[in-house]
Order: sequence, then structure tokens, then C-alpha cells
Amino acid sequence: MHMEPIIKVENLTAGYGETVILKDINFQVAAGEIFVILGGSGCGKSTLLKHLIGLLPPLEGRVLIEGRDLTSADGQERLEILRRIGVSYQGGALFGSYTLAQNVRLPLEEITDLPESALEMIAWMKLMMVGLGDFGDSLPSAVSGGMQKRAALARAMALDPAVVFLDEPSAGLDPVTSAELDALILRLRELLNMTFVIVTHELASIYAVADRVIMLDKSTQGIIADGKPQELRDHSEDPQVRRFFLRQAEPESQ
Amino acid sequence: MPNESTAASAEIIESGDSTVVKIKGRLDANSTAKVWQQLDSKQLPEGFTVDGSGITYCDSAGVALLTHLRKSRNADLQDLPEATAKYLEQVDAKEIPDFHPEAKQEASFPVAVGRVTYDFVSDLREMTIFTGQASVALIGSIMRPNTVRWGEFWVTFEKAGVNALLIVGMIGFLTGMIMAFQSTVPLRQFGVDIFVVNLVALSMLRELGVIMTAIVFAGRSGSAFAAEIGTMKVNEEVNALTTMGLDPVRFLVAPKILAGVGVMPLLTMYANIAGVAGGLFVVLLFGHPWASVWNQLIGAVTYQDVLAGLIKAVVFGFLISGMGCLRGLQTKSGATAVGDSTTSAVVSSIFLIVVVDALFAVIFYATGF
Repeated sequence: MHMEPIIKVENLTAGYGETVILKDINFQVAAGEIFVILGGSGCGKSTLLKHLIGLLPPLEGRVLIEGRDLTSADGQERLEILRRIGVSYQGGALFGSYTLAQNVRLPLEEITDLPESALEMIAWMKLMMVGLGDFGDSLPSAVSGGMQKRAALARAMALDPAVVFLDEPSAGLDPVTSAELDALILRLRELLNMTFVIVTHELASIYAVADRVIMLDKSTQGIIADGKPQELRDHSEDPQVRRFFLRQAEPESQ
Repeated sequence: MPNESTAASAEIIESGDSTVVKIKGRLDANSTAKVWQQLDSKQLPEGFTVDGSGITYCDSAGVALLTHLRKSRNADLQDLPEATAKYLEQVDAKEIPDFHPEAKQEASFPVAVGRVTYDFVSDLREMTIFTGQASVALIGSIMRPNTVRWGEFWVTFEKAGVNALLIVGMIGFLTGMIMAFQSTVPLRQFGVDIFVVNLVALSMLRELGVIMTAIVFAGRSGSAFAAEIGTMKVNEEVNALTTMGLDPVRFLVAPKILAGVGVMPLLTMYANIAGVAGGLFVVLLFGHPWASVWNQLIGAVTYQDVLAGLIKAVVFGFLISGMGCLRGLQTKSGATAVGDSTTSAVVSSIFLIVVVDALFAVIFYATGF
């Protein structure tokens, strides 16, 4: 196997128009890693994610996925790169008029020539892996929020992507459901050898799943910490990073 | 990386009473499709053997193929790559459902009739309830004008009224012109083409001006009301209002209905003027002097004609904005539901316009108005 990092971010400056949100970011994600992007509200986590999945063009720099430049690719090449990634959005973003199975099938149906029985089998397999094997015929509105998130994860995995991006997977879930989702992510990584990039600030799930964490900061517009979560908590020099991991409020005397 | 080995292929080796299918290469989504069709088209015997030693890569599509072979023909899977075997175990641990559920049963004729009737009656019931709620809210607004959200009212008034002036004026003017043109030819045969003025003025003021304005209003604003309230419903904003102790009908619907009732007569008036102007323009083009055209117009039109159109405009304004709001509030969940509500708002409004206009025709005839 090649040891090329699966995602490589080079000198990325991200923002909207004139507003720069992140400046000159560099990092790499290794294949098979569970990589967590952390940071307080408004520090640019979601903006960074949008750049990683090609929804926003960077102001400067580039994003490589499996060695191919997503930022400059267009047409067929861009589609091919995008098919190697799966995204599960914060609200699930399931198509409300399709059943869960139809949601999962949609990318397969449109992109591959697989016969009907294959599509049904794969959709069921993916749903089964996220524990929704019996809910293929339900509409998204008929299942709970946690189930919608899992179905969104199943849809993100439909094309067997190399990387799955999860935007706040545990937002709005109770601790038990959230822990189940963590276990699911670990199991899927083991089974399918996928790489996960997760945007979250749920400390419990960061400790449970993350191999590596980067923390973004609003004032420096960059990465202020990079490493394993436990190490950052115990050994980080930066008081801001430690405060985050210890859930301490900002000192008030300012 | 893709393309590090060849696409998958399957070779069927038959020797005596045993059949072996040798699968080689990359079982990814694209090549699996071909192998799947190839194997499905052959009559493979029950319990044949699959030799997977040549598989270099196998994704979910490949696993689906292997599961399919095992499920449908009870295939014996041998020498699979380790990762694939592990993946298959996961799938195998669960009972694989039957993927061919019988098609949804078509309802029989009486059931279908019953359902449609039931839907119609319950829709009527909801409309009645809503009319009551809206009337209460409106009367409340009139009794206590300081409770009305006037900001909302003026925004709606501008969007539904001022912004519609161009289209309403153009449609009115052109309709007047077309009517005048079309009727000049036959009337001229009898030498009474000056009566084109009567025809255009009466039909614009009594019927066409208000109807066309109502249809434009339904298409532009009724649909917008339904979409706006529908999206709020989908986003649970309507629930948020309810739990704040605010009545959605008073809060969302009342300003819109008030704006509709206020703006429709004004728009109709404007469409009437444009329409009559269009008609007169054509008559003048045909060479009639201004003085006789003006006298003809003054003689043909009474205040009653103008009033008849405006009364209808007020009623249509209430019906259309009410219908838009009702359909918005009836929105179920999902993106398509909002689309359904807007469509239904426009269709129901146009239907109501026609029915109520017919009722008015009867009433005006009977009362001699």
C-alpha cells in the first residue's frame, strides 16, 4: 500500500470574498485515520469542511484527495474525486420524499450500471451496517433524529468512499445514541478501512474515536493544536487548548 | 488507487457434476455490474463453488454479488480475501430480506371514490374552521388595530400590490386592446362599432378586470403566502409561535389577508383603467373622434358597474390570501410538501374565483345590481 496521505491540505486560506477566516493552513490525514477538527463556535470548522469537500473554492492554496487536486479539478476529474468522498451533513440532509433505502440507492443508481437486485442488496447492506436494516422502507420523517443521522451515514458510504466526512454527527443526540454512533464509526473503519474526518466538539466522542485532533482558533486564524486528544489534554502548553479539554470557562478578568 | 489491477471477470468451469466459478480482478461497482449480469443470465446449478482466490479488491458491490450468489443459488464461497470474508460475515449475521415485495395494491373503485370523497369533505371542514378562525382574527384586528403587525402588512402590501403593477397594467391594457380589435370587425358590419366602447368598458369593469387581477394575484401572491407559511411549518417555526402563546392565524394570516383585502380593489381599479384605456386606444385608432368616444363611455358606465367589480375584488382578495395561508398551514413535512401546497393554493384559488364569480353573476342578476 502507498503511504501517501489520503488528504493533504497545502497553504489553504479559506474565507468568503474579502473575509479571511483561516489563514495558511497545512495538515495531512493518513489513510484509515479518524481525524477530528475541533474548535469553538465561529472559528471556521464548517468553513474548513466546506473547502475539504469542494463546496467552496479556497482563496489560496489547495486540497489534495488521494493525491489529486480537488481545488483545480473540473468536469469529469472533479466528479471522480468527489465520488471518493462521502459526506454526512449536520441535519442529515436526507431527501424527504425518498425512503431511507432510496436515499442510499440514489448515488449508486445514478453512477453505476448495477442491476436492480444489486442496488437493493447494497442499500440494505449499508443500512444494516448502521443498524437500520429493517427501516429501508421508512421515510426520513418517520424515524428518529438519531436514525436519520445513521441513514445519512449509510448514504455517505454508498459508493464505498475512501474518506467519509461527518459534520457534527452527535449534535442533538442523547449520550447513549451518541456513544452508539461512535462505536459504529469505529466498527465501520475496521470493516471497510475508511478514513473519517469529523467536525465536532463533543468531548466524550473525541476521546472515544479520535486518532488525531486539530484545533482551530478564531484569533490566530490557524491551527493551535495537533495531536492525540489525551496528549493535548494532559500536555498542551496552550492554556486555551487545555481549557477546551477540561471544559473550563474563559477567565473572566479581562 | 483505482486501476492498479484489471476489472473483474468470471470464468465458469464445468467438470463432471461440479461447477466452479472463478472470479478474478477488481470487484468494484462498475465491473461487478457486468459479472452480475453475466452470472445471472447463466443457469448455474444449486450449490456451485465460487473460487475467490483471484479477487484483488472487493467493495460493497462485490460483497453484494457474493451474497446474492449465496442467497439465490446457495453458492459455496471459497478462498476469499480476508477483508472480504470479514465483510461477508457481517452481512451473513443478519437475515437477508426478500427484495421483491409485492407491488402496492391498487385501491378498488369504491375505495378510491370513498377516499376522494373523504378527502374532499375533510378539506371542506378544514376550510370552514379556517374561515372561522380567520374571521375572528380579522374582526379582532379591526377592533384593536394596534394588535395588527403593520410592518408585516405593509411589506405584503408592497410585494403583492406595488410590485404587481407592471404585469397587471400590461395584461389589462392588452386585454382591452384585443377585445376592442376583435369586436370592431363584426360590429362594423352593422355600423355600430362605436358600441365597442360599451362592450370593453362593461366587461372590463364588471368581469375581466377583477378576474384577471385575481388570477395574477393568486399566481404571484397566493402561492407566495403558501410557500412562506409552508416553509415555516416545515421548519417548526409555526410550532414555535404556538408554544410562545401566539396564535399563528392572528400572527401570520391576519396581516396577509388584510393586505390581500386592501390591495385587490386597488389593483382591480388599476387594471380596469388600463383595460378601458386599451380599448379606447383601439377605437380612437379606427378614427372615431375623442368627444364621441368619451360621451359613449360616460353614457355606458354607471357607478354600479365600477362598484360591482370592486366588491368582487374585496371578496377575491379575502379568498385568495386566505387560501394561500390555509394551504401553507396544511403543509406536511418535507421539501415536496411545500411545492404541493403552493400548487394547491393556486389551483384552489382559481377554482374558487370562478365559482364565486358565477355566484356573483346570479346574485347581481337577481338583485338587478
